[in-house]
This record gives sequence, structure tokens and C-alpha cells, in this order.
Amino acid sequence: MSMHNSSESIIDIQGLSFSRGTRKIFRNVNMEIPRGKITAIMGPSGTGKTTLLKLIGGQLRPDTGQIKIDGEDVHRLSRQQLFSLRERMGMLFQSGALFTDMSVYDNVAFPIKVHTDLPDDMIRDIVLLKLQAVGLRGARDLMPSELSGGMARRVALARAISLDPAIVMYDEPFTGQDPIAKGVLVKLIRMINKALGHTSIIVSHDIQETLSIADHIFLLSDGHVIASGTPAQLLKDDTEQVKQFMQGLPDGPVPFHFSDDDLLQDLYTQESPNA
Amino acid sequence: MLDQIATLGRSTLDRLASAGRSGQMLWQSLVAAPTPVVMFPLLLKQIYFIGVLSLVIIIVSGLFIGMVLGLQGYTILVDYGSEQAVGQMVALTLVRELAPVVTALLFAGRAGSALTAEIGLMKATEQLSSLEMIGVDPLRRIVAPRLWAGFISMPILAVIFAMVGIFGGALISIEWLGIFEGSFWANMQNSVDFSGDVLNGVIKAFVFGVVVTWIAVFQGYDCVPTSEGISQATTRTVVYSSLAVLGLDFVLTALMFGDI
Ligand SMILES: Nc1ncnc2c1ncn2[C@@H]1O[C@H](COP(=O)(O)OP(=O)(O)OP(=O)(O)O)[C@@H](O)[C@H]1O
Ligand SMILES: [Mg+2]
Repeated sequence: MSMHNSSESIIDIQGLSFSRGTRKIFRNVNMEIPRGKITAIMGPSGTGKTTLLKLIGGQLRPDTGQIKIDGEDVHRLSRQQLFSLRERMGMLFQSGALFTDMSVYDNVAFPIKVHTDLPDDMIRDIVLLKLQAVGLRGARDLMPSELSGGMARRVALARAISLDPAIVMYDEPFTGQDPIAKGVLVKLIRMINKALGHTSIIVSHDIQETLSIADHIFLLSDGHVIASGTPAQLLKDDTEQVKQFMQGLPDGPVPFHFSDDDLLQDLYTQESPNA
Repeated sequence: MLDQIATLGRSTLDRLASAGRSGQMLWQSLVAAPTPVVMFPLLLKQIYFIGVLSLVIIIVSGLFIGMVLGLQGYTILVDYGSEQAVGQMVALTLVRELAPVVTALLFAGRAGSALTAEIGLMKATEQLSSLEMIGVDPLRRIVAPRLWAGFISMPILAVIFAMVGIFGGALISIEWLGIFEGSFWANMQNSVDFSGDVLNGVIKAFVFGVVVTWIAVFQGYDCVPTSEGISQATTRTVVYSSLAVLGLDFVLTALMFGDI
């Protein structure tokens, strides 16, 4: 099970279906995520992008279909194997999810301490370099409760990449960042990808930033992949749905509303429940 | 009618499923406890939070309960002219019953609720998920040290409770009620049996410790990760633990002392 075999795709998703209660989040989704590239997953809020990352990480189980990472079916691994697979993955959670009982420094050092036998001064160097990369070397002694939202997410990013994992999944890395930090993060993600040849998966709503770094984009909506291709291809795509999303138009086939009951009807049912 | 049967069936199934999950959690975290090097500092920290920080409430409660026992025992025994036996009464009541039971109830309220809330909040803020994605099993890292710390702390706390309680009883009987010191202690020594009383009391305390900690940790680990879910889980910890302790106390007492 080597991460370095040379097949085209590193993550192979076949016939994936998943539901939450009675709501179908994915219906027969197929995706191939290319090795060593930056892949973006985009789509309206609530389509299941975070859910997809959790399926890939083996935290959720699909109803049907399979997800293979380097040829290994994630959901057939034993608990032990799954945990050792995850050592080679990094994930930035949408909420940051820092350990609140540890300082910024210890948060970033944590994955290194548990998975390697490196001496303390070497760990210190790595942690400081990662914190420097996200511009927070000076915040190393703060506790997570003392950070702003944007800072906490950058610390979480530093933690996600501290072991230089072969696959990094970023759930909305740009959210809550000022324009300068966004620019820095774009460069950082590109650098991690190019310098180390690692695979990156980005979930994001920031069209500008995403278009500028992604090699490949999947557009999800309503349980399906509605389009996929390079940024240039997607920009040229003249399907209504794709145009609407890429240009951020409020009206069009992609539903903005969670459920499509008629608003007027919903308002009136209050008065006459039996209508 | 059919609806009620269906509801009953569903809630029974839910309960069975949750009992199954709790057993699975207990098993997985005990077999998968981290290596001693990793475990030891984590365990010490938890023993501090669960055990050491419970000392104040245990000592204060033990002292007052011992003093009350001394007073009550004296007023009853003095009618029969056998007030010299108050030492024996205080010690036996504490060692056999009150120390394990009251300690467990206090432990559920003080440490159990804190465990549930802490783990529940870790779940709600995705700290458990992010541990998993870092490749660290939360059952090993978070659950196992807390379970062991509870198992270890509870019997020690109960022993401390009993000792402080006996001290409180002595204080009242000897200093205040004027019982002769020698007969107070001698009576106690003659009647309290090490394996029959002390050991059984410690066994009770250990069993309660296992049950309370297990319930507390499981409720946190299995809670609905919202503020409401955490508050309900915390309440359940205290209610279920208290009921389990009182019920088990009857069973254990019947087994240990029933044939007298
Ligand atoms: N724990 C859960 N229980 C039930 N339903 C859930 C749960 N988490 C998410 N969902 C549902 O699954 C759907 C997909 O959620 P997900 O978080 O994956 O969306 P997303 O694409 O990441 O959205 P966003 O861009 O806003 O982060 C949502 O419609 C949500 O209602
Ligand atoms: Mg999301």
C-alpha cells in the first residue's frame, strides 16, 4: 500500500450514495481525484461538500458505493488500518476544531508528537516553520480561546499540514480571512502542492481564489456532480446551472432555498392548516 | 394501541442499541488503551481532575456524616445503656454502606457530570473528529484514561470518606459526648472485620466507580452534539448513575451480607 504508485487518480469514488435520515445527500456520485493536483469541490451551501470529505476520511459510511484511496477501500479497512491511513491525510475542519486544552504550539505539535519519535528541538523547528507559514509564529503561546475566528482557522491549517500528509483536505480555508491572509493561504496551498507533490482537495465558495489555484473542479449540486473540468472549461461551460454558480447569480436552476415549497403557500398554511 | 406497542418497541430497541454501543465503547477503549508511556501522563492528569479535585467535597461530607452518625448513634444507644458501642456503629455503617454509596453519589454529581459535559463538548466542537482524522483513536486518547482514572479514584475516595467519617464520629463521641476514648476505639477494633467489612466496602466502591465512570463517559461520547444534547446527557449521567448505584448497592449487600 504505497502512496507513490503512479496511477492517475489517488482517490476513486464509485457509485457513492449517502443519506441523512430520509434526505438523500448523494445519489450515485462518481469522482476521480487526480494525484498530486489541487482539486476543488464547489457547490451551493448544504449540498454535502463537508459530508463528502468526511466520507473520504472514513468518518461516515456510504449507503452504497465505494471510496478507494490508493486502491484501498476506505470503508473495508479495520479500525487499526483506518487510523494508520489517516496518518497520511490532513484535514482542515470547517469549524477549525482546535484542541481547547492545548496552546497553539501544542496543537500544531500534536500530530508530530503522536506519530513520530523526533526530538523536541526538531519538533519545535517544524512547528515554528508551519506557524510562520500561516503568519502566526507570534501567537504560539496563546490558547485557542484567545484567538480570533480567522486566526483559529489558520492554526488549524498549520496543524493539518504539520506532518506533511500526502493528501490534505481543506474545508473552506479562505472563510473569515482578510484579503492579505487569503492571498497568503492561496500561495501556501499552492506551495505545499507543488513543492511536495501532494494532493490537495479544497472545498470553497470563494470563486476567485479557487479558480486561481485549482487544477480541477467538481461542481456538486443536488446530490450529483453537475460539472467537472479545469477552471477554464468551467468558465466556458454554458449550462445554465454552471453559469449561475460561477457568476453568482441569485436566480436560476440552482435552488438557493433549502426546500422548494412555495413561500406564499407556506405563509398561508399558518392561517388555514387544512387548506 | 398499535401505536403504543410500536413506540414501546422502538424505545426498547433504542435502549438495547445504546446498551450495545456502551459495551462496545467500554471494550474497545479498555483493550486499546495506549502504551504505558503515553498513558501514564494522561492518566495522572485525569486522576487529578477526577479524584484530587473531588477531595474537598468528599472530606467535608464525610466529616459531617460521621459527626451526625455519632450523635444519632449515641442518642439511640444511650437508652440501652450501651453508648460505648457508638464507635462500632459509626465504623460499620460507614465502612459497609455509607462510604461507598454516598461517595459514589457525590462522585456522580461532581466528577461524572463534568466528564459527560467535557467529552460532549469535545464532540460538539469536532475535537473528537479531528483527533480521528489526525489518526489518533479518541477511545484510546480521551476515553481510556478517563475510565481508568475513575476506576482508580473512586475506591480511594471511598476509603478517605470512611476514615474522615470515623474521625468525625470520634470527635463528637469522645470530645463532645464524653465517651471513654479507650472503649470507643476498642469496640470498633473488635467488631470491624477486615475482609468481611473493609474489603467488601472497597469492592462495592470499585464496582460503583466502574459503573458511574462508564455511564458518564458513554453519555458524553454518545450525546447529541448540541448544547441541548449535552445538557440532557449530563442530567442522564447523574440520574442513571444514582439509580444504578442504589440498585447495585442492594444487590451487592444481599450477596455480601445476606447470609448473616
Ligand atoms: N449531523 C447531521 N445530521 C443530519 N443532517 C446533517 C448533518 N450534517 C449535515 N447534515 C445535512 O447534510 C447536508 C449536507 O451538509 P454539509 O455540511 O455536507 O454541507 P456543505 O456542502 O458542507 O455546506 P456548507 O457549504 O454550508 O458548509 C445538509 O443539508 C445538512 O442538512
Ligand atoms: Mg461544509
